[in-house]
Amino acid sequence: MIGNFITQSRPARRRAAVAGLAVLGLAAVTACGGAKVGESGSDKAGGASGKCGTFNLAINPWVGYEANAAVIAYVAENDLKCQVTKKDLKEEVAWQGFGTGEVDAVVENWGHDDLKKKYITDQKTAVAAGATGNKGVIGWFVPPWLAKEHPDITDWKNLNKYAANFKTSESGDKGQFLDGDPSFVTNDAALVKNLKLNYKVVYGGSEAALIQAFRQAEAKKSWVIGYFYAPQWFLSEVDLVKVNLPAYKAGCDADAEKVACDYPEYELDKIVSKKFADSGSPAYDLVKNFTWTNEDQNLVAKYIAEDKMTPEAAAKKWVDANRAKVDAWLKKS
Amino acid sequence: MAVAADAAAPVRATRRVSRRVVVAAIVIAWLVLFAALRGQQTLALAAADLTDLHRWFNSVNDSIGASRNSNPLFLYFFNEIRLVIDNLVTFIQSLISQPGAGRPVPVVGWLGVVALAGYVSWAFGNIRVAALAVAGFVFLGLQGLWQESMDTLALTLSAVFVSLLIGIPLGIWAGLSDRVNRAITPFLDFMQTMPTFVYLAPLTLFFLIGPASATIATLIYAAPPAIRITAHAIRSVPATTVEAAESLGSTRRQTLTKVLLPMSKRTVVMGVNQTIMAALSMVTIAALIDAPGLGKTVVKALQTLDVGVAFNAGLAIVVMAIVLDRVTTAAGDRVEAARKRGAGRFTKWRRPLLMAGGAFAAVCVWMSHTYVWAARFPGDAGVGGAIARTADSVTLWTQDTFGGLTNGTRDLITTALLNPFETLLTESPWWLVGVVLVAVGAVLGGWRAGATAAVCVALLVATGVWSDSMTTLASTAVATLIVMLLGVVAGVWMGRSPLVDRLIRPSLDAGQTMPSFVYLVPFLALFGATRFTAIIAAVVFAAPVTIKIIADGVRAVPQVTVEAATAAGSSTWQIITKVQLPMSRSALTLATNQGLIYVLSMVVVGGLVGAGALGYDVVAGFSQGQLYGKGLAAGLAIVLLGVMFDRITQAAARRTTSAPGPRQAGH
Repeated sequence: MIGNFITQSRPARRRAAVAGLAVLGLAAVTACGGAKVGESGSDKAGGASGKCGTFNLAINPWVGYEANAAVIAYVAENDLKCQVTKKDLKEEVAWQGFGTGEVDAVVENWGHDDLKKKYITDQKTAVAAGATGNKGVIGWFVPPWLAKEHPDITDWKNLNKYAANFKTSESGDKGQFLDGDPSFVTNDAALVKNLKLNYKVVYGGSEAALIQAFRQAEAKKSWVIGYFYAPQWFLSEVDLVKVNLPAYKAGCDADAEKVACDYPEYELDKIVSKKFADSGSPAYDLVKNFTWTNEDQNLVAKYIAEDKMTPEAAAKKWVDANRAKVDAWLKKS
Repeated sequence: MAVAADAAAPVRATRRVSRRVVVAAIVIAWLVLFAALRGQQTLALAAADLTDLHRWFNSVNDSIGASRNSNPLFLYFFNEIRLVIDNLVTFIQSLISQPGAGRPVPVVGWLGVVALAGYVSWAFGNIRVAALAVAGFVFLGLQGLWQESMDTLALTLSAVFVSLLIGIPLGIWAGLSDRVNRAITPFLDFMQTMPTFVYLAPLTLFFLIGPASATIATLIYAAPPAIRITAHAIRSVPATTVEAAESLGSTRRQTLTKVLLPMSKRTVVMGVNQTIMAALSMVTIAALIDAPGLGKTVVKALQTLDVGVAFNAGLAIVVMAIVLDRVTTAAGDRVEAARKRGAGRFTKWRRPLLMAGGAFAAVCVWMSHTYVWAARFPGDAGVGGAIARTADSVTLWTQDTFGGLTNGTRDLITTALLNPFETLLTESPWWLVGVVLVAVGAVLGGWRAGATAAVCVALLVATGVWSDSMTTLASTAVATLIVMLLGVVAGVWMGRSPLVDRLIRPSLDAGQTMPSFVYLVPFLALFGATRFTAIIAAVVFAAPVTIKIIADGVRAVPQVTVEAATAAGSSTWQIITKVQLPMSRSALTLATNQGLIYVLSMVVVGGLVGAGALGYDVVAGFSQGQLYGKGLAAGLAIVLLGVMFDRITQAAARRTTSAPGPRQAGH
């Protein structure tokens, strides 16, 4: 209602203003010139959408996700002529958006069984749209120099032997185990306790804190052990080495208090809003059909993070080189 | 504690000495009991554990989310608010930042915006700030951030507009009525100290994702200064003037519109200034819920730890803040000057000049509306890239050069200061720390402050995050100590030398407005993910205010007194310690108060770089559904810590100085 009021009054007001200005400035303007707005074809308005309409794509804050989203957005815009709106949101907020119609798709989801229960099972505002093809690995990592000099460190049984080396100002007389962003899925506090490790979990609080710690550790050959995950752009800069925890068996992480095994391998998947799934939009078929490998994602992530390409340019480069894969996503299922 | 308060109250001459003795006695008693009772009843709670209160917050949050499509409160209240604000923001965006109204470019292009900024600054301020505004805005374009800057400007303008729309009437009301003032003060405190992360996620629940939520998040933080300063302005109109107006038969309304409002105009302009600054400081945080603009550039750059690009965008925010600050300050001065001077002969020349300038600006706006070259900023001349590269190499150089040294400092302060203090606070039984806080509050601030402390302690226990609160309190206290040391050293230096003042002040402004997200990465490289990094980040943000207040206090010491001391043969050191610092004691107390509040406002940022405790809880609550309630409780705990210290230091300041010092509204 109010929105109409504002938009209705605007053109009239503008016309009056422009008329006034035109009289005032006529003399000054005849001297200069140049291309006029809307005159040439070079100004491509975004309004040229086909049958696809608007596609609201959430962008969760890590580069791997951005790579998925960039490629999907690029294909949706160029092949399906969708109007893609990217929204930068954290996971929790993005899932909230399914119910309110603000978000159509999340294209790299890591587990999040609590959110699945809340939004897919209980509120029924979201549906799963299949795997992305990426394998997610979560675990404990050390910088490569450390694994090279002390190869036995990759076995968790030897961690206590090295605990003293990992001591920092934050961990008292224990070794420090560095955790990252609170939105990551972690069992680390329970793992340290249940595996009887002489470590203290210190919460870095952000992915930046983790990456910076590992980057420094490799550069200065200092001791750091912490949480990390793959696929991740940083691994192409410093190839962290995974520490083997007791092997994962189905159900060994059922009780969060008693976990004493490694993280499972995650099948990363896509989640879309119920409304979007039922809309018959070709963008939904695209999201549903989209799959690629860790190598594909790492490549696009590298274009973005290290070669500093815009997500659009990075997506274009990959799509141009992998037309066959893209065509497979576009086939009607 | 009642005994302590009584003991402190009576004999006036020995009061200060005895108060000091009582505090010392309390601390000694605390240490003795700590040694005996260490590790018992500490109320520690593991990172993933929840209390019933936290679960209850979760369920409220969930039920709101589930009923938002059927609840009439949403349909007829929140949705309407959202619609109005959304339209306001989109309207301003389509004017200056986003393609709108069926055009590929905004209605007003860069040339028009620059011309308008210059003209408005000149009309309300003076020619110097107009030049600054033009230069600043052109620089934003040269940085390659024109559209992002305009998005930020659009969001800031909307938030400030709505803040003033609500804030000025409320402020006037609070200025006229003591009861209203008392009633809204706690709410304003709450709005300013509650960490934004706590209400960011719920806001998107109420107002959906988009500019409306971002604007409202900004508004909540930015409106209180406008309200407070307007109320303060109305209150500081001399009573005699009001009485004179009333005795001449003015009605209440006439007194308000003819006397109170015109006389408080200058201070109200200052409130506008503070509101703009507060709004700008929210830019990066609002980007976490998809607010458009410079904040997004900063947040995105951090994903790849790209310090250069983050710095470039941060610099744009600083430039915008400096331009807006100087323009509003100049506008305030003009209002003041005009009030004093009345209608002078300047006005005769001013009007035709203003009309000519207006016509010129209008031509520029029209051209930027019509021609492509004036609508889109032509290239960035590589300035943005050069700034980013320089910032990158400076950061690298700093990291390589100071890496070892910084770790030494960190370890020294952590082991010598932070750890003992934290151990004392977190490993004493909760009731012991509670009693100590209440007793110290009562001794320093009187029984009222003691009672406030008691309520805050009780509520802190109720939040279920007592142990985390104590950890945070330890870091906060150490950070405030460093801030005070810096404040006294730099403040005295600046207060004694106008040249030093002029040299240091710009970097203080930058420290206050540069988004903390920008320097997180270099600090992480220098100090690692530690509590110390969080302390340093807080010091960078809080020290400028403290330094400015102390500098003002030192400068306010009468020159005659200083000269008398010099004539009596005092050395510089003696003048500082025996004359200037004691005489600016009220400024020192205010500086401590503000330093502490500012440090507390950085607790959440500290949570991102390894401080853990309350900051981490809040960030975790924003990120994970099942921790939402705990995050909210942690946010409340930060507010409670803030309220407790604010009340104690304010009360202590009132008791130590009989004459009230310069009241620094709005800091």
